[in-house]
Amino acid sequence: MADYLRQLPQGSADLARRPSAASRFHIDVPLLVLLLALTSFGLLVLYSASGQSSAAVIRQGQYFLVAYVVMIVAAQIRLVTYMRWAPWFYLGGIGLLVAVIFVGVGAKGAQRWLSLGGFRFQPSEILKILVPMTVAWYLADRVLPPRFKYIVVSLAIVGLPAVLILRQPDLGTALLIAASGLFVIFMAGIGWRYIFGAAVLAVASAWPAWLFVLKDYQKQRILTLLNPESDKLGAGWNIIQSKTAIGSGGWSGKGWQSGTQSQLDFLPESRTDFIIAVLAEEFGLRGVLTLVALYLLILLRGFWIGLNAKTSYGRMLAGSLTLTFFVYIFVNMGMVAGLLPVVGVPLPLVSAGGTSVVTLMAGFGLLMAISTEQRIADY
Amino acid sequence: MPQAIALKDPVRESRIYSARTLTAVLIVVMALGLIVARYYSLQITHYESYRTQSERNRVQLQPLPPKRGLIFDRNGVLLADNRATHILSVVRERVPDLEATLTRLGELVPISDRDLDNFRKKLNRRRPYEAVPLRFRLTEEEQAVLAVNRHELPGVVVDAQLLRHYPHGELFSHALGYVGRINEEEALFLDERDYRGTFHVGKVGIEKYYEDTLHGEVGYQNVETNAHGRVLRVLERYAPTPGEDLTLHLDINLQRTAYEALGEQRGAVVAIDPKTGGVMALVSTPGFDTNLFVNGISSANYSELRDSLDVPLFNRAVQGQYPPGSTVKPMMGLAGLESGLVTAQTTVPDPGWYRLPGDSRRYRDWILKIRGTGHAPEVDLHMAIVESCDVYFYDLARKLTIDKMYDYLHPFGLGERTAVDTTNERRGVLPSTRWKRDALNQPWYPGETLSAGIGQGYVLTTPMQLAVATSVLATKGEHRTPRLVRSRGSELVEAPLQPPVVATEAHWNTVHEAMRDVVHGERGSARSIGKDIPYEMAGKTGTAQVIGIAQGEVYREEEVAERHRNHGLFIAFAPYAAPTIAVAVLVENGGGSSAAYPIAREVIDTWLLGADAG
Repeated sequence: MADYLRQLPQGSADLARRPSAASRFHIDVPLLVLLLALTSFGLLVLYSASGQSSAAVIRQGQYFLVAYVVMIVAAQIRLVTYMRWAPWFYLGGIGLLVAVIFVGVGAKGAQRWLSLGGFRFQPSEILKILVPMTVAWYLADRVLPPRFKYIVVSLAIVGLPAVLILRQPDLGTALLIAASGLFVIFMAGIGWRYIFGAAVLAVASAWPAWLFVLKDYQKQRILTLLNPESDKLGAGWNIIQSKTAIGSGGWSGKGWQSGTQSQLDFLPESRTDFIIAVLAEEFGLRGVLTLVALYLLILLRGFWIGLNAKTSYGRMLAGSLTLTFFVYIFVNMGMVAGLLPVVGVPLPLVSAGGTSVVTLMAGFGLLMAISTEQRIADY
Repeated sequence: MPQAIALKDPVRESRIYSARTLTAVLIVVMALGLIVARYYSLQITHYESYRTQSERNRVQLQPLPPKRGLIFDRNGVLLADNRATHILSVVRERVPDLEATLTRLGELVPISDRDLDNFRKKLNRRRPYEAVPLRFRLTEEEQAVLAVNRHELPGVVVDAQLLRHYPHGELFSHALGYVGRINEEEALFLDERDYRGTFHVGKVGIEKYYEDTLHGEVGYQNVETNAHGRVLRVLERYAPTPGEDLTLHLDINLQRTAYEALGEQRGAVVAIDPKTGGVMALVSTPGFDTNLFVNGISSANYSELRDSLDVPLFNRAVQGQYPPGSTVKPMMGLAGLESGLVTAQTTVPDPGWYRLPGDSRRYRDWILKIRGTGHAPEVDLHMAIVESCDVYFYDLARKLTIDKMYDYLHPFGLGERTAVDTTNERRGVLPSTRWKRDALNQPWYPGETLSAGIGQGYVLTTPMQLAVATSVLATKGEHRTPRLVRSRGSELVEAPLQPPVVATEAHWNTVHEAMRDVVHGERGSARSIGKDIPYEMAGKTGTAQVIGIAQGEVYREEEVAERHRNHGLFIAFAPYAAPTIAVAVLVENGGGSSAAYPIAREVIDTWLLGADAG
């Protein structure tokens, strides 16, 4: 049935019972509407955050355009195809990560980029999608909840790229990738005893991690989080200024383009990682609640797609992608508000930047592919 | 694979998945709830404190330093004004790496160790976000270099400030004093509030004495700044109150005449208007360019001034203490007449030396080595003053005794600070038995009374004291506290009266006539300046010994090293009938009074005949 519909010529769309342009192009309309609302809001905030720079808005708009195209293209591909290719892409991705170690390009003391004929990209970004795809592929045909040895293999699939990325070093991306893989395992129904066991282990290993794994600048971020006043001009500056920006916004905000913290350059990274502070300062708690509501609706739609997916693969992947999106939101909003240490995680689809936007939208394309499969299966 | 498929239970998997989704939704909702609670706490619960914080970030209270009062001479000639200069300052809070910034700045514009030193000291005393000055007086080129590199120097500010300037630096160096950068010690005493944004304070002289008047009141402005400390706009402004201008009694023409007349010699000239107590000239040579001190003098310049044998930083007019020599004789004469010990007719035999009863030591008259004998067989008071006879005053001093001498001379202001309105004044010494007992813990010897009687021995006076005493003589007893400043703003500064010197009119006249003949008499010790003089002047010469002359030795000028030569002194007032100027001149190691009286003549000529007369 699905194959049949896919092969329908455009003119004979009325052969389907509920023919629409959206379903013909495998678009999930509620998700698309929510994403459009979110990205528009994002551009609005960015215009102000960039100091009324049309150029910055236009460039971000172009990123969005590319990202939407990527999403729509991703939605056209059948889920089975993804599943079939997942392990090979995964291996390719690992290869690229290894290549970064040897021929990577550095910036700010970290080596994260590959340069191909003038075009620079971060292989770690692709892994954000490849890792959950691969773990889901691995677990899809197993009996769920997975047995211990499958969990171990899954963890290896997650751990290999996570460690490679951690060593670049890029704690934020490593955390996101690890989370995306772990969420698949979680959605597969892994027993609670494993989860609690892992939690205990994590707490127990915190001390050795502090001593041997974390880099000085990462420790500094955690110390700064605990007591930003200790280093008012250095690392604490960012947090003090962002909290001030947020707090001084109050309920209704200082008005669009009128945030003194952001407009007078007190706020660091106001276009990228700290853009939520601009939003909070200029639109107040009202604006924050609007944003959180938008995010929540997107998340619920993601979970809904997962619940209605017909295959384990689709379910696990949808759940993981949705939860990963949530982690972005939680970590970013938490760190800017001084709840979490500062790790380089952008506010999804609002922070300026190209790579994360494209990856995120590719993820939503995948969700749409899962959603369309489920709908087609209904017929 | 077939085995796995056989064991898969789609219904159970779907159920587990639904449960997990529910858990996930719960976690998501709770986590977002936590986030919202955090934002609620920041934006609603602690709104006030963060709003204040953001205002404090944005709005900066900047002090507006007042404009320092100007200083004019009595003719309205500007002696101290303020010029706009550019200052390089640093706002510590805006600088990510202070050392790197200082290094970079040092590469862009010359910054001395002294600048750095001062900067670091001030850095510890600053208020948050206060700009701390690093380099003063930037040239236009330096400003341009800094402007070009501004983007890489956050927290570095270049702004204009008014800085003291002395158009006649050397001429008025000791009369005005100067301002300099506030040092640590001064910072403790100055009102912190009043001196926000002010980097300079009066260090010596009028600049220091009238600091409160000249300084004015600080103003404030609230400005909006960005994170880099750049002022974007002024929100509120309380203008500073400029310091009051001072108009001095000093006359630039007299000052210049005295300065040029002293020339290369070390010395001092003080001229006072006897009617008002106004100081019309205050010169001490060598002078120095006070402008050097305004911005922190370079150590090379400073050592040069400090180590010079001529001690240019020493204000001889008020700090220099010299034996007055024979210039005390008119006052001694008045004391003799008033005490009744002598009359105008009393004579003393003068063989050229004097001997105390029962003492073999001969106290010489200065004339002995020239003529081999005294001034005349018998000398009266008139002659004693006109020709400066020592023997007469040895005798008078012996009769008076040292303590009576103190009582008669003290009202002229000797041995006491004149309380002139400038700094660092010394009090000199007017000896008495009590003084010697207190200061040296020694008894008084009769021979010392004789030395004191001719203004030698322990007697020390400043040129300022001599000028005041001359003014008292000129006014027949009115004793006014000398004043450099005539008015501050529009308010006149009174020269307070001191207890007058009371004496019979006839006695005053006797002394005045003798002093007139010092200049105009045929045998007057300063008769050379009395030739073709178009007005009448009264004066008294003085020669002060620098080294003691041992018994039996004769002082021979040409054999004595320059710095051991006698000091030359001269006091004078004119016109004789109604004095409008009283002058004291001191020439260090001038050899004798002949080095001093031509200078007095030039100064008085300028005053009475105009600047072109000299």
